[in-house]
Amino acid sequence: MCKKTAAGIRTGLVFAVALVGAADVHGEERPSLGLGRQATEAEMRAWDRDVSPTGEGLPAGKGTAQEGARVFSTKCSSCHGTTGTEGPAPRLVGGQGTLATKNPVKTVGSYWPYATTLYDYIRRAMPFTAPQSLTSDEVYAVTAWILAQNGIIKIDAVMDAQTLPNVRMPNRGGFVPDPRPDVPNR
Amino acid sequence: MANDDQARADHPPNDEAAAEPPAAPPSALSRRTLLTGAASLAGLTAAQSVLSSLNAAPISGPGPTRITEDPTKVPGRPPSPYGKRATFERTTRLAGATSSLTPLQALHGIVTPSALHFERHHNGVPVIEPARHRLLVHGLVERPMTFTLEEITRFPSRSRLAFIECSGNSRGEWHTPAGRTVQETHGLFSTSEWTGVPLALLLREVGAKPEATWMLAEGSDAAVMSRSIPLALALEEALICYAQNGEALRPEQGYPLRLLLPGWEGNANIKWLRRLKLGTAPFMTRDETAHYTDLMPDGTARQFTLDMDAKSVITSPSGGQQVRAGFVEIRGLAWSGRGRITGVDVSTDGGQAWHQAQLDDPVLPKCATAFRFPWRWDGQEATLQSRCTDETGYVQPTRQALVAVRGINSSYHYNAIQSWLVTLDGAVRNVHV
Repeated sequence: MCKKTAAGIRTGLVFAVALVGAADVHGEERPSLGLGRQATEAEMRAWDRDVSPTGEGLPAGKGTAQEGARVFSTKCSSCHGTTGTEGPAPRLVGGQGTLATKNPVKTVGSYWPYATTLYDYIRRAMPFTAPQSLTSDEVYAVTAWILAQNGIIKIDAVMDAQTLPNVRMPNRGGFVPDPRPDVPNR
Repeated sequence: MANDDQARADHPPNDEAAAEPPAAPPSALSRRTLLTGAASLAGLTAAQSVLSSLNAAPISGPGPTRITEDPTKVPGRPPSPYGKRATFERTTRLAGATSSLTPLQALHGIVTPSALHFERHHNGVPVIEPARHRLLVHGLVERPMTFTLEEITRFPSRSRLAFIECSGNSRGEWHTPAGRTVQETHGLFSTSEWTGVPLALLLREVGAKPEATWMLAEGSDAAVMSRSIPLALALEEALICYAQNGEALRPEQGYPLRLLLPGWEGNANIKWLRRLKLGTAPFMTRDETAHYTDLMPDGTARQFTLDMDAKSVITSPSGGQQVRAGFVEIRGLAWSGRGRITGVDVSTDGGQAWHQAQLDDPVLPKCATAFRFPWRWDGQEATLQSRCTDETGYVQPTRQALVAVRGINSSYHYNAIQSWLVTLDGAVRNVHV
């Protein structure tokens, strides 16, 4: 990636200089077009809600699987089933050990590489009919319940900004970079 | 996969999930009828439909717009503020729960009419007031900034033709010849002229820090769709687009603002774009981990498979169409996410003999290229195929070659040679050879 990055930055630099005739893409100089305005702290706070695998972006709050069971039952199970396996929405639980078989079952437990992604996604987009309606504690609790259902954490484990990034997902090492083109020419 | 059970239940066969029996297409006869409101008149015979249309008041728009026996004897309708297609044209997308498919078999040239551009969204099409829309650019930048749509349109602009293909296009074909028509097999593919601001210019305005290597792009739909983009590659060609085929983006295509990453998988081209955040590592969102990753037979999964491999398909004659004996122009489209198409070969015998097809101008990088090949159908069974090559030397693989490397469970990035079988009665159907 590093080599490509350098080349790409050079490309961006040439592009910017050609069109505008000043500065570089990394902005050592002041902007020349004068368009846009400084973002406010409030604007950034409202939208800067992504959670990275390091845990950066996780909010205050906590939850356990025991608490999450209640939230899941009332707000998630109508689509995901009472145990997270029935659907009709994507299956959340089970499938471990199936990825290399003829009938792989991709779930949070069998496939997802990061527990933090689960928090990010639930907070971002779930429940499907009422996105962003759960409290931070409820998101931690549902996250904990799904992890516990998959046997990844204990049922009384507290998930919070410190513990969640340390959860080791079973398929953490299962992802590889793009090797294409991968099919030999005839 | 169980993950996709819900999708499978309510998507068209070519959607992110596979095979549901396709809805019955309109028959040739009903297509020729003069229905003005197909749904309300459903159930009438074709003849009754014609009659009711003839007797109906204006078909569309103001003024006298009747279907007449002789249009030279009745004044036509006056100009109208926003045009519609001819009343007789019935071609539509094939819509499922979360996607709709472009009717490639009914289109001409390389540009997809905006109203027929395929859709794929993850929690509906939002309604966004352009005056209230903002783009926030922050993270590893010197100056976190907010831009209005008006300010973005004041930047130096660029227009280019480019295809967008969902990486789930042709997904049903991994297992069986699932799609009945080319709309079902390849309809998550469309081409438009896109207009916007080069990402490089926008990032210059905020001052991207040297250590920034990845960029999170986020939409303002109910899925708050988000993807991590390798910054160096995106700086080469990415556009922040506000226009499609000369007018504002369609709502389904991200109105009022979307990211265009020419040649990359459709999902990364974030629609309804509201935020760009620069960082030093991928953000590992759901749609670049749980989804849009390609499971291999050994159980590993490829991640950030962003380029769309070269691919071609014959759009006419294609599945569900009828071939008549005599001259037939074989027509199709070819494209590559890695550059220009340099050649297309056509076979009428299932890949034994190949013939060079004619490419129509323009032949543009990361854009649909139209090809043609003159053929004479002698009434015998024939298997029609096309195979393209791009400027990197990559040759579109056979299904066997593709499956030999990737197995059948990788879901995304199916780009094998498509086979259409012409049977003795002239019917055309999807087959795997």
